[in-house]
Parts: sequence; structure tokens; C-alpha cells
Amino acid sequence: MTAFDVDPKLYSPLADSHLNVELDTGDMVLNIGPQHPATHGTFRLVVRLDGERVIKADPVIGYMHRGYEKLTEYRTYPQVTTLINRIDWLSSFANEVPFIAAAEQLMGIEAPPRALYIRTILTEMARISTFLLFLGEMGLQVGAITPAFLGFRDREYPLNLIESATGGRFHPNFNRIGGIKDDLPWGWIAECRNTMRKMLDSCDIFEDLVLGNPIFQARTRGIGIIPAELGAAYGVSGSNIRASGVDWDLRRDGEPLLPYNEIDWKVWTHQDGDSYARYWVRLQETRESARMILHLLDQMPSGPIMAKVPRIIKVPQGETYVAAENPLGEMGYYIISKGATGPFRVKIRTASFSNVSIMPWLLQGIYVPDVITVLASLYFILGDIDK
Amino acid sequence: MKTRPIVGRAKAGNRSSLASDEITSPGDAVDQDSVADQDSAVVTIDVAELSAEHADLLARFTGEVGADAVIESGVAGRELVVRIEPAAWVSAALACKTKLGFDYLGFVAGIDWLPTPAAGGDDAEGDTSAPVQPKDMTFGVAGSAGRFQVFARVGSTKVARYGITLKADLKESAPHIDSWFSVYPGADWHERECWEMYGFIFDGHPSLRHLYLPHEFEGFPLRKDFPLLAREVKPWPGLVNVEAMPGVDDEEGGD
Repeated sequence: MTAFDVDPKLYSPLADSHLNVELDTGDMVLNIGPQHPATHGTFRLVVRLDGERVIKADPVIGYMHRGYEKLTEYRTYPQVTTLINRIDWLSSFANEVPFIAAAEQLMGIEAPPRALYIRTILTEMARISTFLLFLGEMGLQVGAITPAFLGFRDREYPLNLIESATGGRFHPNFNRIGGIKDDLPWGWIAECRNTMRKMLDSCDIFEDLVLGNPIFQARTRGIGIIPAELGAAYGVSGSNIRASGVDWDLRRDGEPLLPYNEIDWKVWTHQDGDSYARYWVRLQETRESARMILHLLDQMPSGPIMAKVPRIIKVPQGETYVAAENPLGEMGYYIISKGATGPFRVKIRTASFSNVSIMPWLLQGIYVPDVITVLASLYFILGDIDK
Repeated sequence: MKTRPIVGRAKAGNRSSLASDEITSPGDAVDQDSVADQDSAVVTIDVAELSAEHADLLARFTGEVGADAVIESGVAGRELVVRIEPAAWVSAALACKTKLGFDYLGFVAGIDWLPTPAAGGDDAEGDTSAPVQPKDMTFGVAGSAGRFQVFARVGSTKVARYGITLKADLKESAPHIDSWFSVYPGADWHERECWEMYGFIFDGHPSLRHLYLPHEFEGFPLRKDFPLLAREVKPWPGLVNVEAMPGVDDEEGGD
């Protein structure tokens, strides 16, 4: 469309602002990635643009595909936990829990209460460290560099605690079928209490520094809105769907794998469904997790940390699906066992895979700079998409 | 580890919360009798309280989809599994979403019931790390008519602990089934993954192309007859390192 109905052959094709002739903005293909800081790995996004507006977005994944579903068929159950540590590498401990719980369910083993409490504490700690990285890094994506430093700094505290309890900073491999590997070290609980109070302070800083910032609000409010029904039909889960007003948390609504019903806590939701809401929900959940850990430490039972488990783990024939609320969403394992020492088939249902699959729909019609904020606000881990 | 005296045998309730010198390690908390009867381990999941719930859900599902579409049903863990006619695959999804309140898509995936081949082929020597799977072909919960099955789980964001797993048999010669894309748009990527991993063709899918693998990739990796090439070319690396360091035998006329 031109402002004047002029034969383009007679008229200069160059833009003339005085005559208010619109430029012909034909399609342009822009390649984002595979290396981009907003993607936590190698993720490529091919977007077709009309001017600054995205017409069509096509995510290209698979750069980090490691074939874990195939590999599990050649591993024993204790070996599989080493693999699934590396699916979502920021919250490895939370990945292990549903798999171990599924194997325990098939074997008819129940982990002792103290082991379940330690599992819950470490899962929530993985959530805090994962979300603190998000809280800082999301600021970075809208151009604020200070939150990134704060996020990386504060993330070290829970990571140090995880390391001192499990021996691994990112890949604890600490769960065993029937319990956990070791009890907590001396002084850990006192240190944990101090750190959790520090985390609560840290959340306040993020609330003031980022959420209250008018620039951050301008960049995130009303952008990348996921409608609740469509999000559910896409399989979006976790904080992303809670930010769309869906009051659904597998810690409360799923199978009672961990003693969440023994403590007092709250599921946070936001009605807006935009990038801002996703940030807001994750911030509240970080705070809630710190509070939960303080509760759990108060109620920590004593007793054994391992149930009676046969020396050779053989899982009886059967099938089960166990899902848990990972920091990124619903992480589930459908295990088919044929009575051997290793699984016959494991379907790994990862959260980021479904969360990102809404992206072609979500990115339609938004501007290029917002692509990055929407990407960052969805918060995915590439290992969690590519398995 | 094995020769260490067992000091930390689990004694319920009498240990202080930080007794780190009394830690029970996984290998220690074992009685010899429990090792002896490990093969006769029985699944002791308490599904009795849920069975009424499952029966109710199955009755409602059958009422919506039609009794002739439901072949078999069973319980996997705490989850209801229903095997349905492949022709009713999409109508079942539609009924689940619109009538039964399953608004949330868990996953769509495939199963190959062929027995798992031995790691590194049947003539592999020394590789004892991989589990030995049974050689006969058996089917899991709700059964199967043949080798290939597609299975999917849907859940609900409105009702707690509410989900159903659907299975459908596929012909081995022509594994075709209708796509769920029109009902659950999230099935897009799941079906693309299932197509490239198993070769199942989802009719009606908008663009069935590779998701993870390169576009020129041949074969369907998650089928049981697709060998795990890493184990074919080299035994389990944790077992023995057979690869020479680079540059060690340069006299042979390398570069």
C-alpha cells in the first residue's frame, strides 16, 4: 500500500518521508541463535519478519539431543539417575525425584520420612537456585545488568548448600531407590536456616530492583500473553501456566511423592499471563520455597534415611507414570519395566519441551526486541527440551 | 565398602537428626533374606482406594467414546490406562478434552514392544554392565495387538490427581494414526518426535518433519531393532578404555 496511487515505475522506489510513502517491507528472515544468552544452550529460532513484527517463528531444536530415552534401555536403574541429572542441569536434584519415586512405586518400597524431608528440602533448594538465575537473567534480557550479578551471586548460596550435602554442585546424583545416599552433614541445618533468611532478603531486593522498575514493566507488561486454556492444551506447565491464572501445582495437586501436605504453604498465581506475570510468579515462588525450607527444617523427623532395599535392584514387571513439579514445570517419567535390572522403556516428559512448543503461536505479531524477553520469561533449559 | 562392619543399621526413631557417624549407606541396609527373595518381590501399590475412582472414570470415558472403541483397560501405578481402537484415537481425544475435562496435554509417545537386544549385539563379549532384558515379547498394561503402539497422557489443570493414559495399536507394515494436532495443538512437537523416533505417521499433522535429528537422518532410533551404535563400535567405556591416545602410533604413517 502506498500513500499515493502512483505507478511505481514512474516514481522513485526510495522512501520519501516528506511524501509519506510507506516503505515496501517485504518478508525478511532473521536467524536468532543457535548461540544466544537468552537460550541457556544452543537453541535456534528462525523468524520471518515484516518490518519489526514477527509473522512466523520456527524454533529449531535438537542441537543438544543426547538420546536419553534410548540410553535408558541399556542402563540399570541406578545408572539412569546419572543420565537424568543432565536433563535439566540447573535443577538436577528435582529431576531425580520422580524417577526414583516411580521405581520405588513399582518395587513397593517406601522411603523413610527423614529421607523424604531431605529430598523435599533439596528439591526446593534446586528451585531457589534455578529461579534466582532466572530472576537475574531476565533483567539482563531487558537491558539491566545489575540483577544478573545479584542473581549469580545469590545462586551460589543454595548451590553451596547442595554441594555440601550431596557432594555435587550441579549433578548431585544423591537419590537412591529407597532413600538418599547420606544424611546431612554437621551444622548444615543451621547454615541452611541462615541462607534461607538471606534468600528472603534477596527476593526483596529483586522485587524492588526489577519488578518496581518502570522500564522493566514497560518491556514486559502485556507482552507474550499465554491464555490459560490454550496454554494447557499446549501442555504448558509450572510457573508459566500459573502466571496465566491457573491454580495448579503438582506439589499440591499431584501424587503425594514428598511431604508437601505436612507444611503450610501457598500456590501463587497471577491473572495476566504476560512476561511480567511469569517473573512475578517465579519471584513469589522463590520466596515461598525459602519459607517452605524453614518450615521443613523445623519439622525434620529423625530416623533412618534408607529403606530396606535388595542389593541388586530389580524392578518387577509393570508400568507407572510419576510426575512431579520441577522448577520448570511438570517433569514426568512413564516407566515400563519387564522385571530386569534396567527399564524396558522410559518416556521422559520434560517441562521445557511443552513450554517451548507454544512459541510459534506466542511469538506471532510481536516485535523483535520482545522476542528475547518472551524467550527469557518462558525460562527453559535446553537440556530439558532436547533430552 | 562390603567389608566394612555394618554400624548404621536402620533403627527407627532413635537417631538424632545429625548423627553423621551413623549413616546408613545403601549397600549396608540389606538383610540377607531380603536379597534371597528379591525375585519374588510383589507390587504392593495400594490402588484399592483409587479403584472406584478409576472405575468411574472408565465408565464415563466409555460412555463418551463408545463401548466398541474401548478394547482393554488397566492401571499403571495410580494411572488409568485404556487401550482404544486406532480409528477412535482423535474422537477419544476430543471427548477427553471437551467432555471429561482433560484440558492439559501431557505427552504423545510411542512404544516398540520388541525385546531389547543385548548391548553391542548378541556376540558382545565382556560387556556385563548393561541389564539383561527378557527375550520374549510381552505386552504391558492393557495389552497390545502387535509390536507398535502409540500412547498419550492427558491431565487436568482443574481437578487434582486426574489423568488418563490412552494407548492405540499400530500396524507394523503401515503405522498410521490420526494426528491430535486439531484437538491439542501441543501434540505438534510430540508427534514430530514420535515420527522421527519410531516412524509412526500422524495423518493430518501440518508438517511432519524432523525435530531433533538432522534432516538427512535415516532410520528410526527408538525402535528396538535400531542398534545403539555407541555400544556397537566400542564396549562400555567405563569397563575398559581401548582407544589409544591420539598421536601415540604416529609411526604408522598418520599425518
